[in-house]
Amino acid sequence: MTLLQVRGLCKHYAAEDGSRVQALSDVSFDIERGEVLGVVGESGCGKSTLGRTLLRLVEPDAGSVLFDGVPIETMRSRDLKALRRDMQIIFQDPFGSLNPRHTVGRIVREPLDVHRVGSRPERRRHVARLLDRVGLPSSAAASMPHEFSGGQRQRIAIARALALEPRFLVADEAVSALDVSIQSQIINLLTELQQALSITLLFIGHDLSVVRHISNRMAVMYMGRIVETGATESIMTRPCHPYTQALISAIPRLDESSGERIVLAGEVPDPAHLPPGCAFCSRCPQAMPVCRIEQPLLTERRIEATGSAVTAACHLHPANEAPLRRAAT
Amino acid sequence: MPFDSLLHIDRLRVQLGPTPLLRDVSLRMAAGEMLGLVGESGCGKSVTALSIMRLVAEPPMRTTGGHIYYAGRDLLALSEPDLVATRGRDIGMIFQEPMTSLNPAFRVGSQIAEALLLHTDISRREADRQAVDLLASVGIPAPESALRRYPHQLSGGQRQRVMIAIALACRPKLLIADEPTTALDVTVQAQILELLDTLRREHGLAVLLITHDLGVVRQYCDRVAVMYCGEIVEEGSADVVFATPRHRYTRALMDTIPAANTPGCRLPAIPGSVPPPASRPPACAFEPRCTASLERCAIEPPALGQEPHRVRCWNPVP
Repeated sequence: MTLLQVRGLCKHYAAEDGSRVQALSDVSFDIERGEVLGVVGESGCGKSTLGRTLLRLVEPDAGSVLFDGVPIETMRSRDLKALRRDMQIIFQDPFGSLNPRHTVGRIVREPLDVHRVGSRPERRRHVARLLDRVGLPSSAAASMPHEFSGGQRQRIAIARALALEPRFLVADEAVSALDVSIQSQIINLLTELQQALSITLLFIGHDLSVVRHISNRMAVMYMGRIVETGATESIMTRPCHPYTQALISAIPRLDESSGERIVLAGEVPDPAHLPPGCAFCSRCPQAMPVCRIEQPLLTERRIEATGSAVTAACHLHPANEAPLRRAAT
Repeated sequence: MPFDSLLHIDRLRVQLGPTPLLRDVSLRMAAGEMLGLVGESGCGKSVTALSIMRLVAEPPMRTTGGHIYYAGRDLLALSEPDLVATRGRDIGMIFQEPMTSLNPAFRVGSQIAEALLLHTDISRREADRQAVDLLASVGIPAPESALRRYPHQLSGGQRQRVMIAIALACRPKLLIADEPTTALDVTVQAQILELLDTLRREHGLAVLLITHDLGVVRQYCDRVAVMYCGEIVEEGSADVVFATPRHRYTRALMDTIPAANTPGCRLPAIPGSVPPPASRPPACAFEPRCTASLERCAIEPPALGQEPHRVRCWNPVP
């Protein structure tokens, strides 16, 4: 069952010199209920814009998002408010995302206040349950955010995101700012809650080993486009887009057995002045003449050596001739 | 001090007001070696790096003990003019955020030339010529035109390359790199680390690489030192430490990394969090979070053992 259907999403930002930076270009995918979709890519690739556009915190230029079959881009504000009970977000920076002048209790209770859920005593009890759920003492409700460490603050942010029992959660680099020893605590907490509450999760990150750990399916983004998508394990073990291959081989590993490291030559293109063909071709070790001319579409393709099917945007692999389920996976 | 050390930090102590930030940090580096200094935020790894360059802000910080020998001379005893001559010429440094380390108001070329003109007797014209070579050597395409650009016109990876070019302008023997790739993307990180590795191999540059990423240390460093709460808790060759970590903290850090675990499983976690310097536990700093602590660990501070594999632990991993 599809919870979220995203089609042809586009969003650009105006750069200072008047040029356009395309943060999202024709992005399409589905998210199934209860699934964890990991979105990876380097900074500036559009992954945060994607997360925010799905919640309509950012208005797209074009394209549609169907949440449970309902188009969100045409919703009036009252319907949108009701919908927001079902979709929540956790941000990267646990210092900037909590109001320093409010108590933790008020921060976690605010969604309940906004949506007028329950009576005052009920809200208070619910806040205590939420704090307990994320591993904080109920006495935390009376404290201020600055009294907590980064990891604890991220627990507070998670409690707030869960207050309305959302069906869909966006975690935007939710563990990236945390120290290694704390990061694993928060990853465990997110995984546990996602499974226990069967929340559908869009997990945005740049650390592939973290994203691999937490997601069932992955979408790899480069310069505003999804360049490869598929089941996490098949992408991690048999990446077919040269960018995905480089990204995976660049993960610094603890075991010595890691294979040949692909070190890219060439420079990252200026996102305001992308080349006409594939945006990756300036760094791609396998670029062909066609890559500089024609934008490869994200579509089902056949790997000739193995005959297996993948969904990628790369001219190296011929598109399947069967009718295309365009961009969706 | 031993003959072959390029850098020898000997029982360095730094305090912030009354609070110790570094407690008897001792480290040695040989020429052409890459040493990884790892630890979580607040463990003292950046203070160690800044101390070598005598860049710790005094006050509020204060160096209260120890020596830092570079090629036999104690940097802590140098006069200000000698210090200025040493910084940048003998020891170069690059930082995490290349945007704030470069001056936004000056072109890249003049910032590289500045380092050369400060430490050598060459003409401006010669400095500009060398700047082109330096930019080319750190892999910047079209170096002549890059010289005329301002920092904001470069990408993050290019800015870090410019920083490396400045740091290496006077051919120092030691480069201190404080989280040089943390602000960069993984594929760009790989390019920068490969560059440092090439400089090490081809020019015998010693690199002190400060990072929180154990994987980076594993892939690029000859030796590793792990810091926790202002102390070195384990130090040895990277091959040995990663194959057989002895300190419980090192072991726990390695275990928590997602890449070391089956996808989807519950990750081993270290309970609690790093204590702030002012409330550091009196004996072993890791004792309250340690799953293998003994009674003694809370009472008696463990000493750092003997080289080549030093461990500060009463109950090390067998």
